Amino acid sequence: MDFFRLPGRIFLEFLHYLGQLAALVGDLSYAVRSGILRLRLVARQIVEIGYGSQTVVIVTGAFTGAVFTFQCYMNFKQFGVETGVGAIVSVALCRELGPVLAGLMVAGRVGASMAADIGTMKVTEQIDALRVMGVDPVGYLVLPRFIAMLISMPLLIAESITFGLLASFLVTVYGYGVPQPWFVGHMVEHTNMTDLNVGMIKGFVFGIIITLVSCHQGLMAKDGAVGVGTGTTRAVVISSLSLLIVNFFLSVLLNYVFPMGASA
Amino acid sequence: MPEPATSEFIEVRGLQKTLGEQHILHGVDLTVHRGETLVIIGPSGEGKTVLMKHVIGLMRPDVGTVVVDGLHVEKLRERELAPIRAKVSMMFQNAALFDSMTVEENIAFPLVEAGLRDRKELRDRVQEALEVVDLAEHGKKLPVNLSGGMRKRAGIARAIVTRSQCILYDEPTASLDPLVSDVIDQMILRLQKRYHITSLVVTHDMKSMYKIANRVAMLKRGVIHFLGTPEELKNSPDPEVQDFIEGRSGITA
Repeated sequence: MDFFRLPGRIFLEFLHYLGQLAALVGDLSYAVRSGILRLRLVARQIVEIGYGSQTVVIVTGAFTGAVFTFQCYMNFKQFGVETGVGAIVSVALCRELGPVLAGLMVAGRVGASMAADIGTMKVTEQIDALRVMGVDPVGYLVLPRFIAMLISMPLLIAESITFGLLASFLVTVYGYGVPQPWFVGHMVEHTNMTDLNVGMIKGFVFGIIITLVSCHQGLMAKDGAVGVGTGTTRAVVISSLSLLIVNFFLSVLLNYVFPMGASA
Repeated sequence: MPEPATSEFIEVRGLQKTLGEQHILHGVDLTVHRGETLVIIGPSGEGKTVLMKHVIGLMRPDVGTVVVDGLHVEKLRERELAPIRAKVSMMFQNAALFDSMTVEENIAFPLVEAGLRDRKELRDRVQEALEVVDLAEHGKKLPVNLSGGMRKRAGIARAIVTRSQCILYDEPTASLDPLVSDVIDQMILRLQKRYHITSLVVTHDMKSMYKIANRVAMLKRGVIHFLGTPEELKNSPDPEVQDFIEGRSGITA
């Protein structure tokens, strides 16, 4: 029976964790229904999440596009189909690489910051101070971050895809001398709105995961600075792993809704 | 003529609380009358702050009742505590000022959240609170640039700015020099005299306690071990009370 004890405990802890996340979603929906939206805080978070993540998302998107193009070109060349690089890179960036890599970058940069900010407020009693003043901490701290993330994340993914494609264009056309019309033609021919829709939908879902996981870790922080550090690490690890796991199932599901190669 | 329905502002009955493995409160009974300053003393780790947090609904009792101005705190959900929190404010041990805001913004925060939008009134109320705590010159500073005493005073200014009927102070003079401690004591006295504010103060500072308390409660082993006036405390024959107020640990070098 001892054999089942450890997996059983892990499963129960997982259910407990999901329950806590569900409770946070409940509090968040209450905050939405209360109708109090602090636009200044939303704007500040858009700057923090969206504007502040520009560099990391652009560099990640561009160099991923460049290296993926390089690998594709080398392999495609053996079969004499190197002009098709634009098509494969574009679809891969829109559907998978753009959303996942931008998501991981944002999970690392913004998720950590959310967990640390809220966690520090928790252990220094600033969240208790909010409650004492009759301010709902979820409405004040989580809702603005949630809205800002929903606005920023799809845009960041679009930016990551754009710079990935731009890098791919530069490597293929100027690096390997593939004629520009061939690269662009194949890319436009094989990339549909459905591919972009998939990327944007993933952006929303990843944004929700990162915000919920990171804010939850912040709100649960205890035991001073050590607790904040632990919560911050857990926020990044859980958001990144959840994002990769959810991405697989989302890809399968979205392929039914938006089949590859179909136009919107 | 009959007495008013209740002269009690806070009534705690049979309060028990366990945190983790530790049974902190074993059945606390305590009444705080309207307009009085009741000081809670007692050894560290005996649950003084825990008791205070029950009064404002930051913690829920395992057993017992907490009634504030006629409302049962333990029966209300977080979202239903607003009427109590409009009447009671709290100064936290480390002030709990918001790091990202200036002192002025911190003090204006509860007013803005309560719906005050008139800029002039907002400015006047904040300025008045800053003057009460003698911080008028420091309103533009961030909390990180304040000394410990200033932070405490800013925390008090934020607690009084809403003109609450009751203020809970968690160790308002801890780790402050005697002069700053006196400033804070005088301010608590002034608020009581001027605005008839009910105060519940947790402190280890005996000098401060003698200055501000109308009554003193000593919390020990999870129950109220002593309750009376400062004079009665001083003359108490109880050796545990005397050891505590005289600071005698029984350990010799």
